[in-house]
Amino acid sequence: MMGQSGDTAVAVPSEGWNYSPAPERTRPEIDSEYGLFIGGEFQAPQSDRTFNTINPATGQRLSRISEASEEDVDAAMAAARVAGPKWARMKGRERGKYLFRLARRVQECARELAVLETMDGGKPIKESRDVDLPLVAQHFFYHAGWADKLQWAFGGRDVKPRGVCGQIIPWNFPLLMAAWKLAPALACGNTVVLKPAETTSLTALHLAKLMQEIDLPPGVVNIVTGAGDTGRMVASHPAVKKVAFTGSTEVGRRIMEELAPREVPLTLELGGKSANIVFADAAIEQAIEGVVSGIWFNQGHVCCAGSRLLVEESILEPFVAALRDRMAQLRVGDPLDKNTDIGAINSSEQLDRIRALVTAGQEEGAILHDVQSTPLPEQGFWFPPCFFTGVQPAHVVAREEIFGPVLAVMSFRTPEEAIRRANTTPYGLAAGIWTDKGSKIFEIASRMDAGVVWCNTYNQFDAASPFGGVKESGFGREGGLQGLRAYVR
Amino acid sequence: MSRLEVIKTGKLWIGGTWSRSESGATFVVEDAKGQTVARCALASRKDSREAVEAARAGLPAWRDATAMLRGQVLYRAAEMMESRCKEFTEALCDAGMNLPAARREVELSVDRMVMLAGWCDKIHQILGCQNSVVGPYHNFTIPQACGVVVVFCPEEPPLLSMVTLIGAAMGMGNTVVAAVPRSAAMLGVLLGEVLAVSDVPSGAANLLTGDIGPLLDPLGGHREVAVMVSSGLSKSARTTLRLAAADGIRRVHTIPWTDADWADDTQTCSPWFLDQFVEFKTMWHPAGV
Repeated sequence: MMGQSGDTAVAVPSEGWNYSPAPERTRPEIDSEYGLFIGGEFQAPQSDRTFNTINPATGQRLSRISEASEEDVDAAMAAARVAGPKWARMKGRERGKYLFRLARRVQECARELAVLETMDGGKPIKESRDVDLPLVAQHFFYHAGWADKLQWAFGGRDVKPRGVCGQIIPWNFPLLMAAWKLAPALACGNTVVLKPAETTSLTALHLAKLMQEIDLPPGVVNIVTGAGDTGRMVASHPAVKKVAFTGSTEVGRRIMEELAPREVPLTLELGGKSANIVFADAAIEQAIEGVVSGIWFNQGHVCCAGSRLLVEESILEPFVAALRDRMAQLRVGDPLDKNTDIGAINSSEQLDRIRALVTAGQEEGAILHDVQSTPLPEQGFWFPPCFFTGVQPAHVVAREEIFGPVLAVMSFRTPEEAIRRANTTPYGLAAGIWTDKGSKIFEIASRMDAGVVWCNTYNQFDAASPFGGVKESGFGREGGLQGLRAYVR
Repeated sequence: MSRLEVIKTGKLWIGGTWSRSESGATFVVEDAKGQTVARCALASRKDSREAVEAARAGLPAWRDATAMLRGQVLYRAAEMMESRCKEFTEALCDAGMNLPAARREVELSVDRMVMLAGWCDKIHQILGCQNSVVGPYHNFTIPQACGVVVVFCPEEPPLLSMVTLIGAAMGMGNTVVAAVPRSAAMLGVLLGEVLAVSDVPSGAANLLTGDIGPLLDPLGGHREVAVMVSSGLSKSARTTLRLAAADGIRRVHTIPWTDADWADDTQTCSPWFLDQFVEFKTMWHPAGV
């Protein structure tokens, strides 16, 4: 944030300070077309079909991506299966060293990858640079060290890899989700067929180039690009011995149904409608910042976004006023500008969905607050940060995952009511609690139906910290010791 | 002088009370020679829903009891089993088991309950951990009860598997609905009688006897059920259960154990078996002054 610094008196112009553009100048090399990464090589798809990947901030095409057909997925599975035994037999220490190498290469290429992530997905460069990429590198580093220590992770058991893993990832944290999926699978000795989201394939494909550079044995990781059909082929392929999916609850349900007749272990990271609970005794300014990062981080394209704000009634009015003021400071615009807080919505489909849900919220009588200090760009897909007050628990904006920068504000009177309202959702991914009282934190946290509880903080992630939900937010954990469980038998 | 034997009616144990099936249906339990041993209530779909509701209502009391207390209650159940060894043995023999095998299964079952009782206040130290994150935060992961757990008990080994599944689910702080097949019905009733006098709070354990097939759908699709653990189900029954569970994204675990596996203490009391009965919660808090 800008403002007065030190004790120097500065006259603030009546229209406020303007930011000068601060564009990130690094430009990654982007190929005009990308093949499928199978058996260590980029290959043209047997389908001969490609699709465009665009920059959502401009609407302009960045490249053409291959659409994997059934034959292509078969080939990727075959490559993973062939590579499996040797990779599984390899000493854990040596397997780990490949992952350490990969972590290093990610760090070396972090800036290019961050820019690429921002161009392909629309998220602000300060997030891809300061959050996504450091976490990607950390995930490979962290799991590299597990590869030769699995006997201690599972005391009393001699664990073995499961085999070929089919992994399907979403578009909100493209490279980070690839790292979350790949790192534990590889550390435990599995081989992988990974399917990135169709709007954000580029960084995963560049990661494949880094895998070539570090001499990762061919076939250990295979990447097939495409849309939902390709994902379905990966999840239901007979060669797959473990399926991991991150995405919507709706698709997660379909995968469960598809796999019902088979004994294939499954982990799901699905949707959420997480509650961020602010008590009157909280440190209010910190809570405001926590609410901001809870819902407006990554345009609200976050499965664990704190999209339901529950504020203790006695402080509701001043809290909402402060939130409104803070929201007005958020800068929406060019994701490659280092000062941008909120970038582009990932796709026109997602923009349509956000608009429809916001319209539904207005029609149901909730009050929309969307003060904006910066005009929205004309090209590309944009939605301003906003919140609703006057929200009833039955309203669509209080129940449905919007996956956009839209917050539903509600109030509560007693801790019991806060707990009940927080848990009254079919989801159970995360929760936030803001209070200065330690005993209250422990009590509320232990009673949240959620896999992750942030106390006096929100949206923190770490390779060592298990992440995942309960109820319809899915099952299984990713990251940490508990995250290894799904990748061994 | 000859005396007419008093034959027991096997009932369902739901919410701490013994009841007939709401459908009124019963089935005959015969011994290996075809003699009627008892009549048991045949659990209906509605009974199964009532059992889930009872388990949900009983959850706060059991889950929030101290782990030490839960351990003592399960140990009490082992004590009660020990004093009823003869009945359990007879019921196993009625079902066709020879006497030495029946005795062995009862002994193993009592000892299994003791082992599981001992886990209640220790499992958190094995499955939970502190995580070293990049930044000034305390971060730790704790295992918590999942909520209502449904266990589908296999036909073999009838008592040992039932005790293991119910004991594990309860030991981890869950309330449980056990679906017990016809062939193990009287053992289920006996186990219910044991739990009923072991200070188990009402609804913490519920027992349904009869045919498992019709119960897969209502139990698998019930939104108050958090986890289903099954053993011994046919492939088509497993598919039905998983399809029912998909609607609410519910967890389904299949235990593919043989008789020898069920008898193996190191497998059945392993944290890597018990972790199917817990849910992990990770908590963050900033550190600083």
